Amino acid sequence: MGYKTIIEDNIDVLVVGAGLGGTGAAFEARYWGKDKKIVIAEKANIDRSGAVAQGLYAINCYMGTRWGENNPEDHVRYARMDLMGMVREDLAFDMARHVDSAVHQFEDWGLPLMKNPETGAYLREGRWQIMIHGESYKPIVAEAAKKSADKVFNRICVTHLLMDDAKENRVAGAVGFNVRTGNYHVFKSKTVICGAGGASNIFKPRSVGEGAGRVWYAPWSSGSAYGLMIDAGAKMTQMENRIVLARFKDGYGPVGAYFLHLKTYTQNCLGEEYESKWFPALTEMVGKEYLDTEGQHLSHKPIPTCLRNHAFISEVNAGRGPIHMVTMEAFQDPHLEEIGWHNFLGMTVGQAVLWAATDVDPKYENPELTTSEPYVMGSHATGCGAWCSGPEDVSPDEYFWGYNRMTTVEGLFGAGDAVGGTPHAFSSGSFTEGRLAAKAACQYIDDGKAAGIRVSETQIEDRKKEIYKPMETYTVGSNEVVAGTVNPNFINPRQGLDRLQKMMDEYCGGFGVNYMTNEKLLQIGLKKMKIFEEDLEKVAAEDIHELLRAWELKHRFRTSESVFQHTLFRKETRWPGYYYRGDAMKLDDENWHVLTVSQRDRKTGEYTMEKAPCYHLVGENEE
Amino acid sequence: MPTFVYMTRCDGCGQCVDICPSDIMHIDKTLRRAYNIEPNMCWECYSCVKACPHQAIDVRGYADFAPLGHSVRVLRDEEKGTIAWRIKFRNGKKDMELLAPITTKPWGEFIPQLADEAAPSKEMRDSHLLYNEPKYIRLDEGGLHTLESNGLTLKAGVYY
Ligand SMILES: Cc1cc2nc3c(=O)[nH]c(=O)nc-3n(C[C@H](O)[C@H](O)[C@H](O)COP(=O)(O)OP(=O)(O)OC[C@H]3O[C@@H](n4cnc5c(N)ncnc54)[C@H](O)[C@@H]3O)c2cc1C
Ligand code: SF4
Ligand code: SF4
Repeated sequence: MGYKTIIEDNIDVLVVGAGLGGTGAAFEARYWGKDKKIVIAEKANIDRSGAVAQGLYAINCYMGTRWGENNPEDHVRYARMDLMGMVREDLAFDMARHVDSAVHQFEDWGLPLMKNPETGAYLREGRWQIMIHGESYKPIVAEAAKKSADKVFNRICVTHLLMDDAKENRVAGAVGFNVRTGNYHVFKSKTVICGAGGASNIFKPRSVGEGAGRVWYAPWSSGSAYGLMIDAGAKMTQMENRIVLARFKDGYGPVGAYFLHLKTYTQNCLGEEYESKWFPALTEMVGKEYLDTEGQHLSHKPIPTCLRNHAFISEVNAGRGPIHMVTMEAFQDPHLEEIGWHNFLGMTVGQAVLWAATDVDPKYENPELTTSEPYVMGSHATGCGAWCSGPEDVSPDEYFWGYNRMTTVEGLFGAGDAVGGTPHAFSSGSFTEGRLAAKAACQYIDDGKAAGIRVSETQIEDRKKEIYKPMETYTVGSNEVVAGTVNPNFINPRQGLDRLQKMMDEYCGGFGVNYMTNEKLLQIGLKKMKIFEEDLEKVAAEDIHELLRAWELKHRFRTSESVFQHTLFRKETRWPGYYYRGDAMKLDDENWHVLTVSQRDRKTGEYTMEKAPCYHLVGENEE
Repeated sequence: MPTFVYMTRCDGCGQCVDICPSDIMHIDKTLRRAYNIEPNMCWECYSCVKACPHQAIDVRGYADFAPLGHSVRVLRDEEKGTIAWRIKFRNGKKDMELLAPITTKPWGEFIPQLADEAAPSKEMRDSHLLYNEPKYIRLDEGGLHTLESNGLTLKAGVYY
């Protein structure tokens, strides 16, 4: 194969994946590292990559301390409540105290933020969300990253992190290939900030056939952040905490603005409010601390997202589906109707396409909702990701090892979906985490922590062989059969993805089994995953595009394996509505009011699981 | 939903290939025009549709759940700073035009070149502040929130 090896040497800060987290990192790194070499390696084109490719209609994380709206600790309390107690409150506080400065810069840069005509403050959609005309959100932050970076390498699928051959457990860069030229790219770097995003398409999606790409999180969210970091030996946390979304059926159009701004609400097929009737039984399951049916009514505390899902799922199982979103009232106001449509066009165009195709006019018909397949990510209403150090002035000893947002691998930092335990960061919080990681990475270098890094030729050559192996497998294996996709020597990436999704769905609590699993199922699943891993050695790629899919599949596999391990470890049902452990149907604070932390041994592939203490910053009630 | 390309409008310029986040817009070698090589990995994100200089790309709802006969078209104009949409229902009863701003400023001009900013002082480096902070957090004279300033302490375990 005539692929060139292209080496980029002497990098100080390498940003792997420039979505919202990565662009924040590249931008900020220049300020703290005036003469540092900052390089971006991105799978797509940073102008339209990641979860924000189509834009956003809201910034979901903004404190508004400037307008006297909220303090960081209020957001910590909210995120903790929504995640049934399980967050890294140090990281959450740190993100929240900085996030407004990112948003104020976005406004300076030209992002259209809507204003409340009466107060002059940003127009609130809900307590934490502000409304924007965000079609160009991604091109705008990409512009900022481009201004700061020395070089941007678009269309590089990063497959592995490089490890230092001079010092155990220290990162030394990354490798990957160009999805157009096929060339092998080596990035030797003192630090790496991983912003490669969350994971869609690991659980079987509800839409099949041509619609298989109509997933809620982008189909290109390949779990690479997790795959890369787990393979490098980084500890992970809360990987069991997958998220299920209640969204408009089939198109997965967002509901936030509908609930919060348009004041639409849900009902079952009989036109009844159904949520509250499930709450007494739910309180039995999770305890009064998490759902106090009467108290909640008085305190107006929002109900955790997973518990609302639980009511939805239970109502449908009781035969009273579909659940409808009542839009017919709000949409009589032409202004609100327009907002309803803009909301889709700004971030999920497919929902508008679907309603146009099916003649659903929400002004005259209440559209159906559904609960999605699960997703693994760390910036929405869930907190999967790497176990990272917090900031010195906030974190307790167990959470602090020198540099903010540094994983347990030296020199390897995370941002956005990559960082565990920080739910509700969303776009603005992910960007902020990237900035925090960038400052810390520069400091790490200035402190001399990256001195003496060595990357052997063997490591570089071994990775190269590994990367292109699927193409060789294809060439050799295809010669044996006449034609077609059935081959006794290999599977192609699509076939592999189908198998992964089926295993995740049936054994790890996908929609197909009503989000239910137990120890037996998880163990069978893990056994099948082991065999699948052997088959993945024989995944075949016909061309460079398929090679991209092959590596995405490998990253998705590693993410999934970790989800299996974590789900098996946490023997309780912490988030009913996200998933259920049928053999431990109750929330169990006595044993499980902890964060789960895993590590995969780089040599043996064995997982070690441990419990880490959960620290709390704020009391239950607001003062 | 998945994209397709009109034969007579596409000139093979490759803008869509350059932008598609899913790497599925490719140029057909014989026809020298673009097409969607993997519709089941399309997010109908419209990035390619917006980027095409000839409006050669359109979207036809996913075959497994969207009936034929609808249309959602778009024109994005960086100069004017607007995006214009037109939505037509299958039954012809609804035909909507919607317009939104995409920026309030000329492209990129108001994004600072951080290499040209004054270098951060040692105090700044030793602090927990980021670029433009503390000013940009509250746009007043207030400093960064700390546990102390907010009267907080960390406690392990369940206490509420
Ligand atoms: C439909 C939808 C609606 C949302 N609504 C809102 C909202 O209203 N408000 C809000 O604030 N947030 C919203 N979010 C959440 C927000 O988009 C995410 O929180 C945020 O984008 C996460 O940032 P990230 O940097 O972690 O990941 P991303 O932004 O997804 O970036 C990941 C980057 O890594 C790249 N990458 C992946 N794999 C590799 C690899 N192997 N090699 C190199 N590069 C790679 C990707 O191409 C991408 O550029 C929404 C998300 C979705 C999907
Ligand atoms: S951008 Fe438009 S004209 Fe250019 S190759 Fe793509 S479809 Fe053809
Ligand atoms: S709509 Fe998006 S995913 Fe689909 S082909 Fe165009 S750019 Fe690619």
